[in-house]
Amino acid sequence: MKIKSPKDFWAGLMFMGFGVFFLVWAVLHYQMGTAVRMGPAYFPTMLGGLMAVLGLIVFLGSFAIEGPPVPEFSYRPLILISVGCVLYGYLMKPLGLVGATAALVYVSALGGHEFNWKEVTVLYIILMAFSWLVFVKGLTLPFPVWPEAFS
Amino acid sequence: MDPGILSNLWIGFQVAVSPWNLFYCLVGVLLGTLIGVLPGIGPVATIAMLLPITFNLNPIAALIMLAGIYYGAQYGGSTTAILVNIPGESSSVVTCLDGYQMARQGRAGPALAIAALGSFFAGCVATLIIAVAAPPLAEVALKFGPAEYFSLMVFGLVAATVLAHGSLIKAVAMVVFGLLLGIIGTDVNSGVLRFTFGVPELSDGIGFVQVAMGMFGTAEIISNLELKDKREIFTSKVTHLYPTKQDLKDAWASVLRGTALGSMLGILPGGGALLASFGAYTLEKKVSKHPERFGKGAIEGVAGPESANNAGAQTSFIPMLTLGIPSNAVMALMIGALMIQGIAPGPQVMNEKPQLFWGLIASMWVGNLMLVVLNLPLIGMWVKLLTVPYRYLYPSILVFMAIGVFSLSNNAFDVLIMALFGVLGYICVKLECEPAPMILGFILGPLMEENLRRAMLLSRGDPSTFVTKPISAGFIIASVILLVIVALPAIRKKREEVFVEEA
Repeated sequence: MKIKSPKDFWAGLMFMGFGVFFLVWAVLHYQMGTAVRMGPAYFPTMLGGLMAVLGLIVFLGSFAIEGPPVPEFSYRPLILISVGCVLYGYLMKPLGLVGATAALVYVSALGGHEFNWKEVTVLYIILMAFSWLVFVKGLTLPFPVWPEAFS
Repeated sequence: MDPGILSNLWIGFQVAVSPWNLFYCLVGVLLGTLIGVLPGIGPVATIAMLLPITFNLNPIAALIMLAGIYYGAQYGGSTTAILVNIPGESSSVVTCLDGYQMARQGRAGPALAIAALGSFFAGCVATLIIAVAAPPLAEVALKFGPAEYFSLMVFGLVAATVLAHGSLIKAVAMVVFGLLLGIIGTDVNSGVLRFTFGVPELSDGIGFVQVAMGMFGTAEIISNLELKDKREIFTSKVTHLYPTKQDLKDAWASVLRGTALGSMLGILPGGGALLASFGAYTLEKKVSKHPERFGKGAIEGVAGPESANNAGAQTSFIPMLTLGIPSNAVMALMIGALMIQGIAPGPQVMNEKPQLFWGLIASMWVGNLMLVVLNLPLIGMWVKLLTVPYRYLYPSILVFMAIGVFSLSNNAFDVLIMALFGVLGYICVKLECEPAPMILGFILGPLMEENLRRAMLLSRGDPSTFVTKPISAGFIIASVILLVIVALPAIRKKREEVFVEEA
């Protein structure tokens, strides 16, 4: 068997994986109930099964119908953008808005095509000032501005 | 016309022209135009980003501003399409075809003017249509029981997948995926925590703001970063804005047709602005006596789609306002905004909160007027914005998204969820799985389960209740017909053609 449509091959696998996971997890952990009084497992089991079947059709179809290859993943922006966002969230409490914004701006800027320290620093200062003015002063959101150690 | 409509609109205008609401409307349409002009960030991500800000506003102001962003983006998107040959919004893809050609022939001014005027006309008509059509629809919807609601949601989801691009079966799978993700959290009936894996933050479910921002925001930024920054700006000055008499003569019928088609397609679930603009372009080409002029700067090719996308953007509010069912991802966010404000969307909103309902409708007309008055003089400024390189834009967008998500509950976990959905969204883009049907499923998941349970309880476990109740049966039959039609080879080919033109 030869995979003719790699996109469908992987999409089918993904749907099957999630579908089976939801189905099995629901069946094992929650009450099924009856059609009249549906338990917490009823709806997810149905949906999980449906999703797995749909995934299977897509999966099998990938051996029959020609399709384009999966375009290459750009891991650099994928990882750096995601990590930047996560850092922002988890650094907000210990390092304050100043530290969290710095982490997000510098890390995500590294995910782009060109990186220029001066440019990014100017951008950081502008974004920091804007965030502080609009969100902390203007909308009075309760963000710590400075790192915990300073206050 | 029912005299009640006039008095209702009067209530609405009193709300809409209050200074603060005017201000939020202006903020909304300006922001909408801004993101419409900038390629790479759409109304869904913007509305998701601004949701946390609307917590502090009253519901009317919040909705007015969010609505302004949506239809404002349709205006802005056309500016970029005409001047730069890049669709600022997906709905202005077809405007590139003839709009950019007009610009190359030195007729950017008339193209922009006709796009704005056509949109304004379409906006006025669509506002009236909402005012006329919404009350009777809501009245019907009030009689809906759980079986009818369930079938209506099935129909909505089917329509959404039919209108999605690419593989139908993958779109259906994405809807199911969304439904499953939507029911994560505490089960309302039994109090059981489902799929929370011991994470306390998940007991309230996954927030749809995080999902939408990840799938449409970070995923899009990552995809954009793959492409090299190679935007060519049409630098020549936009002179003589006003269309000639001949232009108007050529365009008026297209505006009418576009408005009519767009209004109809907008109401359909899954429709909205995108489908409307494609439909209108195809229609214009069909009815034109000189179809060979299309693609070479025909003003009809700008007037029709631009009117249609604005009409569609507005009439897509009808299912949301009357039934509480979102017809596209933007409407799903609007419903989210209403729920955050403690308002359950549905047919009762019109009777219980006439100020909110009619105020929103009236504000759409006011917003359209602002757009037409403001946008033409501001075109120069929007064009300047296009010269800002993406390497400055995307970290800024990320900062606003991160602030927005973090401020939902001052919890880093929300940002983590956004990042995870960004990764998922990126994978979906690579595998050609559409995120929009998933978002609809995500919003409707809990509602569908609830209505399914109630319907089955009422029918004592007999699933035939969905086909023996006439309204419910109607929705089910309509869904089946839609699916069959799309599965037919001839139509499938046609559908693929339409979406190929887009790419």
